[in-house]
Amino acid sequence: MESSSSTRQLLWFFAIAVCVKLLLIPAYHSTDFEVHRHWLALTHSLPLSNWYADETSPWTLDYPPFFACFERFLSIFAHYIDPQIVDLHNGLNYRANSAIYFLRISVILSDLWLLYGVCRLTKNADVKRRNLIWVLIVWSPALVMVDHLHFQYNGFLLGWLLLSISFLQEGKDLMGGFLFAVLLCFKHLFAVAAPVYFVYLLRHYCWKGLFRGFSRLSVLGAVVVAVFAAAYGPFLYHGQIQQVFNRMFPFGRGLCHAYWAPNFWVFYIILDKVFSFFLKKFGFSIQIPAASFTGGLVGDSSPFAVLPKISPSTTLIMVLLALSPCFIKAWTNPQPRMVARWIAYAYTCGFLFGWHVHEKASLHFVIPLAIVAVQSLEDAKHYFMLSIVSCYSLFPLLYEGQEYPIKVLLLLLHSILMWLGFSTKFTRASAPNTMVTAKKKGAQSKSIESSSPAAEKGGFTIGWVGKSYLLGLLLVEIWGQFLHPYLLGDKFPFVPLMLISTYCAFGIMYSWIWQLRWIISTT
Amino acid sequence: MGKKKEKKEINEKVDVEAVEIEDDTWWWLTHKGIGATFLCISVFALLVRVAVSLHPYSGAGSPPKFGDYEAQRHWMEITLNLPVLEWYRNSTGNDLSYWGLDYPPLTAYQSYFHGLFLRFFDPDSVSLFTSRGYETYVGCHSSRKNDCAWHIAMLLLNPCLILIDHGHFQYNCISLGLTVAAIAAILSQRELLASCLFTLALSHKQISAWANLFQDKTDGASMFSMSVYYAPAFFSHLLGKCLRRKNPIHGVAKLGLTVLGTFTVVWWPYLHSTDALLGVLSRLAPFERGIYEDYVANFWCTSSVIIKWKRLFSVHSLKFISLTATVLTCLPSMVQQVMAPSSRGFLYGLLNSSFAFYLFSFQVHEKSILLPLLPASLLALEERRPFKWLMFYGLFSMFPLLCRDKLVLPYFALHALFMLLYHAPCGHGGRPRNARPNNTKFDYFDSFKTFMNGFIYLSSFILHIVYLTMHPPEKFPYLFEAIIMLICFYQFALLAFYTNVKQWSLLEHSTTEEEKKLI
Repeated sequence: MESSSSTRQLLWFFAIAVCVKLLLIPAYHSTDFEVHRHWLALTHSLPLSNWYADETSPWTLDYPPFFACFERFLSIFAHYIDPQIVDLHNGLNYRANSAIYFLRISVILSDLWLLYGVCRLTKNADVKRRNLIWVLIVWSPALVMVDHLHFQYNGFLLGWLLLSISFLQEGKDLMGGFLFAVLLCFKHLFAVAAPVYFVYLLRHYCWKGLFRGFSRLSVLGAVVVAVFAAAYGPFLYHGQIQQVFNRMFPFGRGLCHAYWAPNFWVFYIILDKVFSFFLKKFGFSIQIPAASFTGGLVGDSSPFAVLPKISPSTTLIMVLLALSPCFIKAWTNPQPRMVARWIAYAYTCGFLFGWHVHEKASLHFVIPLAIVAVQSLEDAKHYFMLSIVSCYSLFPLLYEGQEYPIKVLLLLLHSILMWLGFSTKFTRASAPNTMVTAKKKGAQSKSIESSSPAAEKGGFTIGWVGKSYLLGLLLVEIWGQFLHPYLLGDKFPFVPLMLISTYCAFGIMYSWIWQLRWIISTT
Repeated sequence: MGKKKEKKEINEKVDVEAVEIEDDTWWWLTHKGIGATFLCISVFALLVRVAVSLHPYSGAGSPPKFGDYEAQRHWMEITLNLPVLEWYRNSTGNDLSYWGLDYPPLTAYQSYFHGLFLRFFDPDSVSLFTSRGYETYVGCHSSRKNDCAWHIAMLLLNPCLILIDHGHFQYNCISLGLTVAAIAAILSQRELLASCLFTLALSHKQISAWANLFQDKTDGASMFSMSVYYAPAFFSHLLGKCLRRKNPIHGVAKLGLTVLGTFTVVWWPYLHSTDALLGVLSRLAPFERGIYEDYVANFWCTSSVIIKWKRLFSVHSLKFISLTATVLTCLPSMVQQVMAPSSRGFLYGLLNSSFAFYLFSFQVHEKSILLPLLPASLLALEERRPFKWLMFYGLFSMFPLLCRDKLVLPYFALHALFMLLYHAPCGHGGRPRNARPNNTKFDYFDSFKTFMNGFIYLSSFILHIVYLTMHPPEKFPYLFEAIIMLICFYQFALLAFYTNVKQWSLLEHSTTEEEKKLI
């Protein structure tokens, strides 16, 4: 009875979100829309052996095989709706309503998997917590912006991640590992957390004496190998495996995406610019690299004037280094309740120090962190900041005027809801005594009590640093949106974007340090 | 998303010990005060509106006259570039056959200001915030906090209004907002302010003008300003109140002067010469059009299936007949208000008089159903079921219109959104059910009623699908529209009857009780 009514409520939440998403169908979609449409056509019309070899469109398939199978599955329905959607040649850049509706609705429906993940994850949480988590995840503005406006299937993929976390938290390590392996075969970018999974599973699942440990290790290994064999086996059989990996890991791309994700490398680039500027002032001859970051394209030559060039392996080492405290913790004290934090932390490190990171990747840690955001006041404060910053850093994805009010309102609504939810939860939690007395007096007196200083002492406030940082966010937006075009016209078109990513990078760095401290300090 | 608060109340059925439970479940949206709740819901409502405006607006991309959007844009152009006196005159600079201004002056002024701000911010949203702000205290004094939040959501997320204004590009919410402000003023006993605001609402816009624009039938024509639908209720309520004062004549004179004064200010530029004034008036209220148009679910249109009104009577006598019918149907509720003015009675009066106009007046447009919907949504807490009922059929009656505008998707999305909010977990939708087990007697009439309602719901659901997927037989190209209209008229007439009865039954209750409840 209890669980069925909670499912109904969750479905209600979801249905509200669906209504809004349906309304957003005609909005802007990026080239990713055509990418996914082309993949539908590709998987529908070509045999498996040619999926990764085809070059009909520049949007070649670069997701792992399971995702390709997922597209193949969708293409069955697409074929019924409108055969032109899945036509390899005639369907190129096909933008009829049928295609738009089909793809958009497929994203909305695939979110059901996310819903299942959330549902499973929160089934034992108490009501207040559960509701807050639902609000944070099901109504996440970042997901709406990336999935339902920009167009991607992140909700579906994150569903797998959340499911995996929910199994790990219950202590069902094997199932958690299996689901994570499946996830990796859907999108390999999630592999950043693989080392954490490895360490955790090895310690928590396998480290049980020599014989039992070894048998468990081999079971786990067999499961993972089986998943990967299912995914890549067919391509191995067709002799395509080399081609698959070439497509999946295009290291020809540069350190940063055209729009810099707000991560550590933003500081590095800026430091380089500052150095070269001053050195030139002092009379050193500095060769300004031909490939400039501001142009967005990065070739093989070093884009840095002064500082050493960064190679993919450097970034890998940095990510592993940043992860090492987490490894130590996971090894010395593997606890299921910490898993969500460790995984989120791994994605944060990947985001900060990774190679060619997309701003969209911030979803990978913002969504899992929502699970722990309601656990303590500190968590809530941190999440409040992080969520706003990461959502704001997604703004440049939707650059058209038409969507401007939508993204602003989404963020605003999300902030208001978070603020209301957190402040209610933590005001009440921290002032139990007031509540008891107030309860007797009824609702009227309660509202007075809650605004009294006693309740506020432990309540949800973000402090002046946080406030001024958020205010700065507003200033950055006003500058980029209004003052910059007004004062400078078309000059320096990259400055507003650069400002956004630099400013947001501070927020993400803060979040990283906060998470790191949390991981080190908890026992 | 406004609904969060509703979901907050979640699992516990709020009961006698409600205070405690309610706090646990509801606290978070309301504990920061009604302002925060209101802010939250209104941001969501805005979001929905912006999202709807992504969909095609009326007449998008259909030259030569495009549609409402082009009309509004053109008005901005006119008002910006021509001197005030020229606005309503045909001249070289102002070709009236191309979307001449045919809304009353306040709309014209508004166009002017919008022209100045041109899209810097969504004009609707501004007016929405300023005028709709009054609603909080209408709703919020009336009930407990959670009811209130639910009520706000119902008011701000009225799917009909959103579809017409934002899907269709119109500015109804401004004049409705002014009306709501006037209602709020009345409920808080500020009659003068109320009459002033209501006069402003009157000058804002006429609803039927829009019908002609939409159908591309050259000159804009209309006879009723939108808010005229409420005028009988305002008039009778204020009159009833004045008569109970010590000095009735003094009170009436004061109100009359306020109304005249407001009119004068708004119409000032046209008062210099009678010519100019008449010019404006003739633009606003030409009577050339027939008694009904398209398939509106009102009396004339529905009965025309049997009686061909247009053939039997001249336009002139039809005008007279419809006026008489409208006044006659308004009369009961007016009499009730004059006899015993009360806040609740006033809201019912608004509902009844707007129903009377919708059902019987001359030249009604489908979207006029917005007008009965407004007081109905104000009464939503008390008349939960009828409100849902009215909203459902109100939307349904606009369905053919919205189909033509290619707003099918937002129609269904908003309809679903409304139903979801209405039935928010442990919100109000579910509650009436608790009452049911009490009557154990098997009532034939009741079960017949339920059966009829279910049957009609079902058939309207099927009609939605049929309308979208099938072509009507060639002999009756408007068969489906006619069926929709018949169903809706039947429902509206029932509801109007019900609300009239309700209003009269108020007389039997003690008035003091009502006063306490509403203010």
